[in-house]
Amino acid sequence: MGVKKAITGAQAAAEAMRQINPDVVVAYPITPQTPIVEHFATYVANGIVDTEMVPVESEHSAMSAAVGAEAAGARAMSATSSQGLALMWEIVAATPGLRLPIVMPLVNRTISAPLNIHGDHSDVMGVTTLGWIQIFSENAQEVYENLLLAIRVAEDERIQLPAMVNQDGFITSHAIEPVEIYDDDKVRAFVGTRSMERGLLNVAHPRTIGAMALPDYLLEVKRAQEEAMSRVFEVYHSVAKELSAITGHEHPLFEAYRLDDAEAAVVVLNSAAGTAKVAVDAMRDRGMRVGLLKPILFRPFPYAEIRDALKNVSAIGVLDRSMDFGAYAPVYSELRNSLFELDKRPKLQSYVFGLGGRDILRGDIEVVFDELLSGSLDPERQRYIGLRG
Amino acid sequence: MNDVYEVRMHGRAGQGAKSGAQLLAEAAFLEGKYIQSFPEYGSERRGAPTVAYTKIAERVLRSHEPVLNPDAVLVLDFGIMRSIPVAVGLGQDGILIVNTKVCSSEIKQLAGFDGPTYGVDATGISLELLDMDTPNVPMLGALVKLTGVVKMESLESVLREYFLSKIGAEKVQKNVTMLHRGFDEVSA
Amino acid sequence: MSEKKSWEDLELAIELPPATSLGYKTGGWRIVRPVWNAAECIHCMICVAYCPDMAIPAEKSEEGTVGKGGRVFKGAVRRETNFDYCKGCGICAHECPTKCLSMIREEEAEQAACKVPGEV
Repeated sequence: MGVKKAITGAQAAAEAMRQINPDVVVAYPITPQTPIVEHFATYVANGIVDTEMVPVESEHSAMSAAVGAEAAGARAMSATSSQGLALMWEIVAATPGLRLPIVMPLVNRTISAPLNIHGDHSDVMGVTTLGWIQIFSENAQEVYENLLLAIRVAEDERIQLPAMVNQDGFITSHAIEPVEIYDDDKVRAFVGTRSMERGLLNVAHPRTIGAMALPDYLLEVKRAQEEAMSRVFEVYHSVAKELSAITGHEHPLFEAYRLDDAEAAVVVLNSAAGTAKVAVDAMRDRGMRVGLLKPILFRPFPYAEIRDALKNVSAIGVLDRSMDFGAYAPVYSELRNSLFELDKRPKLQSYVFGLGGRDILRGDIEVVFDELLSGSLDPERQRYIGLRG
Repeated sequence: MNDVYEVRMHGRAGQGAKSGAQLLAEAAFLEGKYIQSFPEYGSERRGAPTVAYTKIAERVLRSHEPVLNPDAVLVLDFGIMRSIPVAVGLGQDGILIVNTKVCSSEIKQLAGFDGPTYGVDATGISLELLDMDTPNVPMLGALVKLTGVVKMESLESVLREYFLSKIGAEKVQKNVTMLHRGFDEVSA
Repeated sequence: MSEKKSWEDLELAIELPPATSLGYKTGGWRIVRPVWNAAECIHCMICVAYCPDMAIPAEKSEEGTVGKGGRVFKGAVRRETNFDYCKGCGICAHECPTKCLSMIREEEAEQAACKVPGEV
């Protein structure tokens, strides 16, 4: 058993980083990520971790320095949000191609403009094509556990890809919740240390990384990168099993909540999934057969497994906390893609909600369920939860 | 002449393969032809091997493939034949023109090509007139003499238009002279 | 040209052995090449220092080597240019105080015996 602490999602991320004890942390402050690095900096200052903390002048430099440290053989981490992620985009894009398993907590905040510091998923949805493993967290407990899981999956010799662990800005990052922090020794044994095998400072095995690849090689390089991504599922499952021995519960690719006999289901990422569970319970109490599917691993996306979990549901509402202007919303797109292979496809409805930190209430989700059960759906036209006018 | 006349130039970055391919295309364009010209970029530094293509046709060119079966191959650097198979796809009815002082059987061997092979000392002409190695223009003169794919006048006007603002009247005249020297001095 | 690898044979997508530039011989880029007249060389090491490709080998010689005026030069002496990497820039010839280096067309050096086979 661990110790229960009343901490925020940001602190939960910092706690995970304390136990991971990275060699290098490079970050630049940005709301609502700042408290992660702030808390972690006190661990560094107090000698609780061995980390070399590198203050830099921008997120572009933060990820650049993290890449340098990781290439040298260190376990390097950063953390960011929104505009910070946008500024480091260039290096974020380079990291998977360099096969550097940097793990970074991302505190989801809307991308400007309009300027807004609150939570939605427009930051992360702009980088899902870049080749990072993407993991989403419903609450502070999941933030903490997902970071421990991510470091092992990313650094696995079969993978060697970077990972982002997402949490909702403010809603999760600044809310205090009870979080069970597991025994330091057990967690440290679980996360281990990064192998120096690939490190450039491993002088026994000198190597070149980051070489140019012209048209005659780039396709092969990217195909090999995709192969690593496709191996994430099996590695995730085996790492999750080990982690379960510490946490006492499962760490699935997605959470299926009261889905077994559900006629209608909603699909939603991060903190809103918690609210959706309350709505599901309330409606179940009223005799309605409804459920929830909460994706956790978003890249790689478990198309087949999610298809299987939803194959008997007749109406599905997908709730997106971001938009893809002129196209289906990101999570909705994935669900449509996933379900296309079914002989008997369910009815689908896309909902956009919670942009820029707009609240999503239990009642909003119950309305979604009512619409799904009534069958008045238009799969080609997205609806907006709480939109005026 | 085939439906599309295709030229491939092999050189080293800095020798003007790209410009040469473009000048040829623009000359054909002046004559009312449909054209395409593009280089294949490798490492962007002087000395690295480069390839550039020109396509000339009576009809609109829609394909953006590289030139795989050229009608003519121009080799702007003699030594490049040691590492690059310059004659790949060049048919027996095609021609190979090499920037060389003397055209020998060794060149055919180096190029791996049995068909008509010609040499012109384009580097020598360029060093003499401009004191630098830009063999593309004399090579074009040689191509015109051997194939008549465009008229000399067209290339001359393109040269004047292309280079005047960049290098001034005196050097433009030297380039025109280089073009004619290439035309006159090419040999089998 | 070496056989290109399949994607399955790439180590971690694109990790390569170290010092790959050693295998990348840039000597083929030369249009002109330096010819070294050892009989006029004073082994001053200026060319060695100026060569941007470190293509002029130098070594320590106890027995010495004969240079300008038949004098035996001991200590640091230069050797023949490494034509695997010399790009023919001519800086060595430009800097040489005794003008014992001269630049000639690469083709002349390579193809001195070439014959003209016939007419157009």
